[in-house]
Amino acid sequence: MISTSLLTEFKNLLGKDNVLDSESDRHAYSYDAAVLDAVIPELVLRPTNSEQLGKTVALCNENNLPMTVRGAGTNLSGGTIPTKEHGVVILTNGLNKILEINEQDLYAVVQPGVVTAKFAAEVAKRGLFYPPDPGSQAVSTLGGNVSENAGGLRGLKYGVTKDYVMGVNFWNVEGEYIKSGGKTVKCVSGFNLSQLMVASEGTLGVFDEIILKLVPPPVASKAMLAEFNDINKASETVAAIIANKIVPCTLELLDNATINYVEDYTKAGLPTDAAAILLIEVDGGHMALVEDDAEKVLEICKKNGARRVQMAKDAAEKNKLWEARRNALPALARARPTTVLEDATVPRSQVPAMIKAINDVAAKYKLQIGTFGHAGDGNLHPTILTDKRDKEEFHRVEQAVDEIFDVALKLGGTLSGEHGIGTAKSKWLEKETTKATIIYSRKLKKAVDPNYLLNPGKIIGG
Amino acid sequence: MTQDVHQLAKMLQELDDQMVTCMKCGMCQAVCPIFAETMSEGDVARGKIALLENLSHEMIKDPQGVQDKLNKCLLCGSCAANCPSGVKVLDIFLKARVIVNTYMGLSATKKAIFQGLLTKPALFNSVLDVASKFQGAFTKEANEIIGSSCSRLNMPVIGERHFMPLAKKSLRKLEPARNTLPGKSGYRVAFFPGCVIDKIYPHVGQTVLKVLTHHEVGIYMPAGQACCGIPALASGDKDSFDKLVKRNLEIFEKENFDYLLTACATCTATMHELWPLMSGDKTQSMRDRIAALSAKVMDINQFLVDVLKVAHPVEGHGTKVTYHDPCHLKKSLKVSEQPRALLKTNPNVEFVEMAEPDRCCGSGGSFNLQHYELSKEIGTRKRDNIVASGASVVTTGCPACMMQISDMLSQHQDRIAVKHVIEVYAETL
Ligand SMILES: Cc1cc2nc3c(=O)[nH]c(=O)nc-3n(C[C@H](O)[C@H](O)[C@H](O)COP(=O)(O)OP(=O)(O)OC[C@H]3O[C@@H](n4cnc5c(N)ncnc54)[C@H](O)[C@@H]3O)c2cc1C
Ligand code: SF4
Ligand code: SF4
Ligand code: SF4
Repeated sequence: MISTSLLTEFKNLLGKDNVLDSESDRHAYSYDAAVLDAVIPELVLRPTNSEQLGKTVALCNENNLPMTVRGAGTNLSGGTIPTKEHGVVILTNGLNKILEINEQDLYAVVQPGVVTAKFAAEVAKRGLFYPPDPGSQAVSTLGGNVSENAGGLRGLKYGVTKDYVMGVNFWNVEGEYIKSGGKTVKCVSGFNLSQLMVASEGTLGVFDEIILKLVPPPVASKAMLAEFNDINKASETVAAIIANKIVPCTLELLDNATINYVEDYTKAGLPTDAAAILLIEVDGGHMALVEDDAEKVLEICKKNGARRVQMAKDAAEKNKLWEARRNALPALARARPTTVLEDATVPRSQVPAMIKAINDVAAKYKLQIGTFGHAGDGNLHPTILTDKRDKEEFHRVEQAVDEIFDVALKLGGTLSGEHGIGTAKSKWLEKETTKATIIYSRKLKKAVDPNYLLNPGKIIGG
Repeated sequence: MTQDVHQLAKMLQELDDQMVTCMKCGMCQAVCPIFAETMSEGDVARGKIALLENLSHEMIKDPQGVQDKLNKCLLCGSCAANCPSGVKVLDIFLKARVIVNTYMGLSATKKAIFQGLLTKPALFNSVLDVASKFQGAFTKEANEIIGSSCSRLNMPVIGERHFMPLAKKSLRKLEPARNTLPGKSGYRVAFFPGCVIDKIYPHVGQTVLKVLTHHEVGIYMPAGQACCGIPALASGDKDSFDKLVKRNLEIFEKENFDYLLTACATCTATMHELWPLMSGDKTQSMRDRIAALSAKVMDINQFLVDVLKVAHPVEGHGTKVTYHDPCHLKKSLKVSEQPRALLKTNPNVEFVEMAEPDRCCGSGGSFNLQHYELSKEIGTRKRDNIVASGASVVTTGCPACMMQISDMLSQHQDRIAVKHVIEVYAETL
């Protein structure tokens, strides 16, 4: 229990409006976007400046309170569901300032609660580009993106969040300020703590300021949709495009089930009999070059068995093509009450094998699964459509998920391409790595957070 | 008490099928005007649904806390319009308000207003007629371009508001009733002015009649219409709501017509969507009657543009006019192009788009009464966008929005007129 005197201390520090302790407020911070059981925090705290953030962490530490930092709470692996006992949730949405956008040196300094899409828009206003674009960017925060190493549609060519992190300043569990990385393109002073913090899911420190790399934007782009009668051919095409030394900015695949759900929902005229479609976009600094690449991609698609390739003539047509991809999740989400969106990722060459395995699992457990995703980086989102209230069916879902991960690992892949480990997948981590890796990681955790107060239970377990 | 909470929980479980479709993705945070101000998860659709679920599973012991959060909502529908999972957020919230607010009991003031006044239109009208005569004693003019007033004295309900005074003569007094046959247009419509147009903006009602007459549309405007019921429903008073629906049904069923038109976005959305939605507990024949009438309900802009096809865009010069999308028009009824098309038919008007035209103005009916500070913060953002557009007239399609926008502009001493789209269109006739 949190004592009245400690509560008063928090209120003095943060102002009483930023200390949420009513039952209804606490319940509203007991879940995130993962389909997992809720855990109610004892207290929710919202620091609004850097100093308050540091002191909040220090106070929690002094009072032995486990802390879970929360950005927008959109992660899909339980990262922001508080720990079982005495958990405190620390909100970052009061720390939402863009501190600097440096147009000369191409970097920006931000607070962790800045919303990704807002940041990208501010940067774009200055003629610059911040490429990572998770599907949740309209609400997700940069702190959350760094903590999860979020990816997006442009991952293939432009990389993911980690490729843009130049530095992270954070509070350690004692509330001391730790600085890593910096504003120079080259910076090798000391341990590379910044990259250690990426994907650490709030277990090693609490981000205060993040330095992000910016790049010049592409000025031209061209998109197309290719239809295949055979999903293997579609996947082979992915590999062939890259083997031909063309790296599209986006290369997305939708399987037959997903195409049908999207078509049911949007009536956009998608080929419901196609085994798969690929949505491909190439971009660059010059239209002539982009058009040249687009023509080459079109040829490769045809050579690899595409039955039809539709090239967008203008922005409106391009937008129409992308509608299919944008509606994949909404269409699937509407089919059944509960949507379990998974994140199995395999080497590109194994995409056909992975898709086949997912379909076998669907048949074996009698489940509806639609698969779409970033085929260009082997990152698939098998999406299981179910109703979590149906205990028997949900048990089958859990078995199916286990089996999907098993296959992903067997094919040389990973448990998570972009959604993180959290609590949802922590039991699997040892299988992907080694026992020694887990022990090593726990030693590291223990060294910097001896009482396991920073988001305990996540990634490497209790 | 625990037994009672058990009862409450059981009633809420009826909403379970709808609530379970919320996948807690959090995308509603991007568009909720309340969340933008408070940044609290309990104020956004996802949070409220989670609270209702927890209440229905008896995990929460404090229904009051849930009720407070549930009522802190504009019912603007922005979350539903943006929800990937298609969660019917407004259905859930309205039904939950009926359940939770009935359980917690209506406040004495609300009881007096809904049950004592709103459901008795004759009494309601005469009380307001008297009030319109005396209002001048307590109020003074605030902004002559907008026509707003503010309080002379320090009055509790009015506070710092700049409000639109009650009209000297309500529409009902100016135009007691109409019943005309269709002319060349071949159409005959019923007209439902709604309370705010009747009592505060009668000239908007008159303009609608003038426009319809001009286009030779037959009009049925019966006396004795009652409020559409949204104030009662939003407060969870389903009994009063049902009474108002029944009364309107009886009056409008007396004649035949093609469409039931309103110039109030909120009335249209209420009659078109909420009447059938809330009729599940009625007999089949009553449900059929409600469905038949509500299917005819249409917004005036939509009627003029989609049915009569009167909008012919011209290159306009002169007054800069902008447009605010009422949530009930754009997000509930998907009407957003039609009002703009009407504005663009006026040659003396240069149409300018404001930033975030479809962002809620913060009115939300009784939300404005309960949470004025929050309502004002949201409204100020709308005001800033209007001012930044450089327009000298702001138009919209809902009298409730007109009141809220007038209050915001008037408090800033902005010299920007607030009009209904139909007024700007009528200038072209
Ligand atoms: C509809 C939808 C689409 C999505 N699409 C994608 C996608 O395309 N690609 C992708 O990668 N992900 C995607 N996601 C997952 C999710 O949006 C990302 O993981 C995102 O980065 C989470 O950001 P957030 O601000 O919501 O963080 P949260 O969920 O609040 O937090 C995530 C983790 O970061 C930690 N954390 C947050 N802030 C800090 C801080 N300041 N210091 C230390 N730790 C912190 C938290 O403790 C938690 O462990 C999607 C999710 C949804 C619901
Ligand atoms: S956007 Fe819809 S599904 Fe997502 S959290 Fe909000 S209400 Fe739920
Ligand atoms: S209806 Fe409007 S105010 Fe209410 S939760 Fe949805 S977006 Fe927010
Ligand atoms: S919605 Fe508002 S204006 Fe329209 S009738 Fe009802 S109360 Fe009156």
